Amino acid sequence: MQDNLMKVQRIEHGTVVDHILPGMAFDVLRVLRMSNDRSMSILINSHSKKGGKKDILKIEDVEISAQEASRVALISPQATINIIVDGKVVRKFNAEAPKVVRGILTCSNPNCISNQNEPVTTEFRLGPDDGHRYVCSYCERDIVDLAKRVRW
Amino acid sequence: MKHVISVHDFSVEEIVEVLDRAEDMVTIAQGKATSDLLRGKVLACIFFEPSTRTRLSFETAMNRLGGGVIGFAGTDATSVVKGETLADTVRMVSGYADAVVLRHPREGAAKLATEFSSVPVVNAGDGAGQHPTQTLLDLFTIRNETGRLEGLNISLVGDLRYGRTVHSLAIALAKFGNTINLVSPEGLEMPGEVTSYLRGMGMLGVACHSPEEVIADTDILYATRIQKERFPDLVEYERVAGLYRVDPDLLSRGPAGLIVMHPLPRVNEITPEVDAMPQAKYFVQAFNAVPVRMALLSMVIGGQ
Repeated sequence: MQDNLMKVQRIEHGTVVDHILPGMAFDVLRVLRMSNDRSMSILINSHSKKGGKKDILKIEDVEISAQEASRVALISPQATINIIVDGKVVRKFNAEAPKVVRGILTCSNPNCISNQNEPVTTEFRLGPDDGHRYVCSYCERDIVDLAKRVRW
Repeated sequence: MKHVISVHDFSVEEIVEVLDRAEDMVTIAQGKATSDLLRGKVLACIFFEPSTRTRLSFETAMNRLGGGVIGFAGTDATSVVKGETLADTVRMVSGYADAVVLRHPREGAAKLATEFSSVPVVNAGDGAGQHPTQTLLDLFTIRNETGRLEGLNISLVGDLRYGRTVHSLAIALAKFGNTINLVSPEGLEMPGEVTSYLRGMGMLGVACHSPEEVIADTDILYATRIQKERFPDLVEYERVAGLYRVDPDLLSRGPAGLIVMHPLPRVNEITPEVDAMPQAKYFVQAFNAVPVRMALLSMVIGGQ
């Protein structure tokens, strides 16, 4: 394929977040709190070499930290992070889902005490099984529709 | 500091310890002996929701142990109506008492209270969440009435979705090695996480929609209230409520030694004719709230 026909150009410096669950790229941007003035490319429902679909995010001139990557893993646990310098991948790692999340999420149970006007920080713990579920430390319910529960 | 928030915080051994201690409290709870174990101590019972048995049995338990009780039932005459947070109310009340018993309509309220209280907090029911002291008194009743806490077939009957007592009871009973049958109307089934837990433990028996299906193989029939407000159609409510009524006819098809329990209040789930039958244990169960709560108060306040 000629360069001028490529869907999205490679980046020289920055971060590529690959293997994002299809349709979740904008949610990933949201949890990374990326401002609109950044230069970035977003691929939605791109074909994966491993089969199926994925989203890809290319953010120029930003190297996201392991802590920021863990926020990505909250909503897209299979995502991989590639740090690009001078057009080459200098570091590649899997985002690791945090075991405890404080303050970033809100509980999906409207009757949870953490959703009332109380001076508390929300807290969720990663469930012990492989289901990638987060349990509210207050009401003990699983959080539902996690991506929508991330605070700006 | 010891809080009592969720029955999941208790190991099997700790539950047995509470039940043994409760056994020692029975004669005091009956007024046949007296105790000064908690003399000079104060219990705050703060109830943001209606309650009869839970509040009165906690107050009785504290009085029987020689202590005093402060508190409120309903928020009309408190600063809560002025918008005071639960956090501030608990912080203030814990300065007046040696332990706080809390009932609140929101799930997780008791856990929140532990973060602001300077004294132990006992959860007396938080929304559709936990009600650990009810579970403990249910286990105490089962052990007293059957002589054991394992190897029983227990049928939970009624609203298993919203009934707050049955979730933690089912899990606790499974931990002790009992088989749990789940009998509920469509739409009011046990939540998936509880059913999965029971299945994982190998303790899930029959899940069905009629008590008739399980009665012949039931050692304990634990009935719960089916709330009218869960049904948009009153005719449908009447039909379902009729199917789940425990009466002498249903009990006649159960095995010898079957007992009937209910956390109360009951409405129509158990007909009054059952009250005089030897199977009826729900008023004994209501009394057992006192020795079990005495045991817990002696542990959290008295350091026993």
